[in-house]
Formats: sequence, structure tokens, C-alpha cells
Amino acid sequence: MDMKNINLEDKEREFQAKIDADIRIEPNDWMPDSYRKTLIRQISQHAHSEIVGMLPEGNWVTRAPNLRRKAVLLAKVQDEAGHGLYLYSAVETLGADREDTIDDLHSGKAKYSSIFNYPTLTWADMGTVGWLVDGAAIMNQVPLCRCSYGPYARAMVRVCKEESFHQRQGFEIIAGLANGTPEQKELAQDSLNRWWWPALMMFGPSDENSKHTAQSIKWKIKRETNDELRQKFVDVTVPQAEMIGLVIPDKDLKWNEEKQGYDYGEINWDEFMNVIQGNGPCNKQRVDARRNAKENGMWVREAATAYAEKRQAKKAS
Amino acid sequence: MEINKQDALFEFVLRIADDSLILGHRISEWCGHGPILEEDIALTNIALDFVGQATNFYDYAAKVEGKCRTADDLAFLRFEREYKNVLLVEQPNGHFGDTIARQFFFDVFRKLFFEELAKSTDEELAGIAEKSLLETKYHLRHSSEWMIRLGDGTEESHAKIQESVDTLWRYTGELFFSNEVDALLLNEKIGVDIAALKRPWEKQVREILGEATIEIPAHAWQQAGGRTGVHSEHLGYLLTELQYMQRAYPGMEW
Repeated sequence: MDMKNINLEDKEREFQAKIDADIRIEPNDWMPDSYRKTLIRQISQHAHSEIVGMLPEGNWVTRAPNLRRKAVLLAKVQDEAGHGLYLYSAVETLGADREDTIDDLHSGKAKYSSIFNYPTLTWADMGTVGWLVDGAAIMNQVPLCRCSYGPYARAMVRVCKEESFHQRQGFEIIAGLANGTPEQKELAQDSLNRWWWPALMMFGPSDENSKHTAQSIKWKIKRETNDELRQKFVDVTVPQAEMIGLVIPDKDLKWNEEKQGYDYGEINWDEFMNVIQGNGPCNKQRVDARRNAKENGMWVREAATAYAEKRQAKKAS
Repeated sequence: MEINKQDALFEFVLRIADDSLILGHRISEWCGHGPILEEDIALTNIALDFVGQATNFYDYAAKVEGKCRTADDLAFLRFEREYKNVLLVEQPNGHFGDTIARQFFFDVFRKLFFEELAKSTDEELAGIAEKSLLETKYHLRHSSEWMIRLGDGTEESHAKIQESVDTLWRYTGELFFSNEVDALLLNEKIGVDIAALKRPWEKQVREILGEATIEIPAHAWQQAGGRTGVHSEHLGYLLTELQYMQRAYPGMEW
């Protein structure tokens, strides 16, 4: 074995020792290439999810039913754009270029949360998306506040605070509908029926089929497995649905006294794989919308750059 | 026709609220489609400010009217001819330059207008104007900076923003519309001398357009109608979307 490899092994050992001692990794610290790559993949996917996630909710901004709901929805979508911005900044601390990672989204190379490939068909979906989708996102993200990579962990602390407000406003909408007129209750139940299973899929493949989990847990990028988080989500959400009189669309759902949690039915993994591979109801529209935004905005960004250069030149002369 | 003070005040406040609502709605259509992420955030924030202003002014209009209508009733349940916003704010977003030019013309007006309205003897109105003025200054800074960047950016951006200005110029004259409503309220020291805002508006617009190397269109014809409820064809579609939920599910709470 040559010296270079010995050095690398030492470095990797030292790195793992820091992780084991819960010492945060910062941008200028040495890190294995695969750790860096895993983080770039995960954080940019997360950033893309925030940005693509603006679209299904943006879809109802112009049709919000009253002034208050319109303002709250706008504020929520604005928060999501802000989350995207911190997360792209976190990716940049790892040496990745924001525009390159965005191009990966547009070419289909980079993924984003599968949930945003489902359509928002009724106003009730604004409630359900907040309640279930932001609820599931919180389950995923709270442990990330303790992620081993400093900039990601710190971004998550801010993101989680806002997500919990989003989750509450979503639940408030859906609870209002569930206790409203028969039409409103029907809107709420229909929306839950459509979003429940996709929300469970947000936690990713089951542990036995998750190729990244073991390494990510060892690196403390991930703190809990997909199935553990999914179980927590089910256990928190089922009583909420019961409280407002909505029925979870799962005939196999039942309380398991022994594990002190709910057993739930089998997720349709074919559907999950299909959506991941680009065959969800809105995959094409979502990516097209983002690509169009970038292409249509090209002249604007070019103008801003040209103007800044002109000013710089004037200053210099 | 004689108009009483209450009716005049209601009409006056409604015009302000409608301008804010309709422009806020238009800007909100950008949500998720901005040319750069920072602009998505800025535009959403501006839309939010306008919806907030609309809410404050509708609340006050509802109170002035005293007929048990709410801010939401005024925003969502009137017919097309009852909206009193200027034609400028209902014009479609077009490309980013169109949106910015529309915004710039309006922001210059709004800043001057709110500066005067903040001196109103009607304290409630003065209070809302003062609060709105703070936001408006930011909006104006944002739209002015973009006017200059686009005008003095690339050849392409210059051509595009010049075309936006040429197209939208015809809707700027209506910003200074006034009639017996304004006369009565001006007399009561509640309203604003809107005609007097025209010169400072032109001066400020010329200054920024000059810096942006954009020419002011030579044609002088100005379209009008919004203030008297005679709108462009665009408004009907906007209201169809805006009012969808309230029309489809009458009388429900959300």
C-alpha cells in the first residue's frame, strides 16, 4: 500500500471519529468525496423539492377563497422559495454551482420529492398539502437539524420553524372544511383520499430497499430510517384525522397495542417507482414549468449581468 | 349629480382597494415562474403587500358603506362593472419587462398618492396610507432598479423594455383621473389633489427612464375607463379566477 492510500485511510478514520463524537463538519474541513457527493445530491434534491413545491400551491394562489387565505398562501409559497434559497446556498458550500444543480433538475438527472408530481385539484388540497405534505416534511427534517454537516443542519433549523407553521395552517384549513357544510366535508375527505398514500411515499423506499440509508446513518446525515419516520408520521396523523372526523383511506389501518403504533396497509411501490421515474401525473408539467421559467428569464439575467459590468467599468474609469 | 360625502368616501376607498387587489392578483400569477429565484421571492412579497393593502382598504370601505358587507364581499362578490381599478393594473403580466414597467408606472404614482393621503384629516385613511407608503417605497426602488437594469442592460433587454413602455404608456394617463368624488373629498381635506400629482410623476418617470436610456413614447393618446367601471377585456377573466370559489360555493366560510 502506498503512502497516499495510508494517508487517505487515516483521514477517513479521523473523519468518522469526528462524526462519532458529534462534531459538526464544516465547509473547509476535509471530507470523503462520497460524503460530499451524497450531501450535494441530498441537499440539492431538497432545494429542488422546495422550488418545485411552489407550483402545486401556486396553482391556487389566484383562486384562494378569501383575502386572508390568499395572503397566507402567498406567504407560505414565499417561505418555500426562501427555503430553496438557503438550501442552494448550503449546496454551494460544498463546491457545487447552483445553476448546474438546477440544470440537473431540468434534464431529469436530479430528483425532487415525488409528492409534487400530484395535481392540486381542489381548494381542499391546500389544506391537505399543508397538513400531510408539510407534516411529513417536518418528520423528515427535524432529525436533519442534527445532521453532521453544519450548513445543512443550520438551514434546517430555520426551515423547520416555518414548516411547522405551514403544517398548522394546512390542518386549520382542512379542519374547517371537515366541520363545514356537507360539500366542504366531501372536499376534505376526497382530498385526504388522494394525498394519503403519496404522503406515505414521501419517506422513500422501505428500509430493505433503500440503497443510501445505511451509509447515511453512519455519517449522521440521516438520523432515522425511512420506515421509522413513516411510522412516526402515521402515528401522529391518524388521531388528527379522527379528531376532525375524516377517514384514512386504508382498510388495513389498525392500532397495534404491542408496538404502541398503527399497522398500516402495503404501499403501492409500483406507483412510487413510476412517479420517481417521471411517470407521475404532473412530472412533465412541473419540470417544464421550471425549465420555462429559467429559459424565459435568460434575457433578464443577462441584462442584470451586463448592467452590473457596465457599472463596474464606469467606476473603474 | 349630487353625491354625498359617505358615498364619495366609499367610492374613493374602493378605487384604492381595487387597484391594490387587481395588481396584487396579477403579480401573484408569477408565483413559481420568476426569472430567478430571488425575483420569485421579491414578486411574491410584493403581491402579498398588495393583498394586505387591499384588505385594509376594503375593511375601511365596508365600514364606510355601513351595509354589513365585509372586505371579502367587496373583493370577491361584485360584478365586473363595479370594479374601479385603473386599466393599467389589470393588464396581463406579459414578460418580466412588461410586469416591471407596469409596476414602475404604478409605484411612482402610488408613492406620491400615499404621501398626500397620509396627510388626510380622516385618521383611519391616513393611517393605512402611511403604513402602505413604507411598502410602496420598497416597491418603487425594486421596479426602478429593474427599469434601469433592463433599459441599460443588453440590446435585447433594451428593446424589450422599450416595447413594454410603448405599450403601457397609454394607460398611465388614467392614474390622474378625478371627478366629483375627488373634488368633494379634497374640499373636506380627506382626499388627494390627484391632478397635481401628474407633474411630479412625469418628472420622476423621466428621470428613471433617462437613466435607463428608454424613450418616452411620442403618441399622446391615453386610454381610460377603469375608474368608471369600463374595463379592458382582461378583467373579466381575472375576476372569473379570483371569484371562482365564492361563486361556486356561495356563502361558505373557508
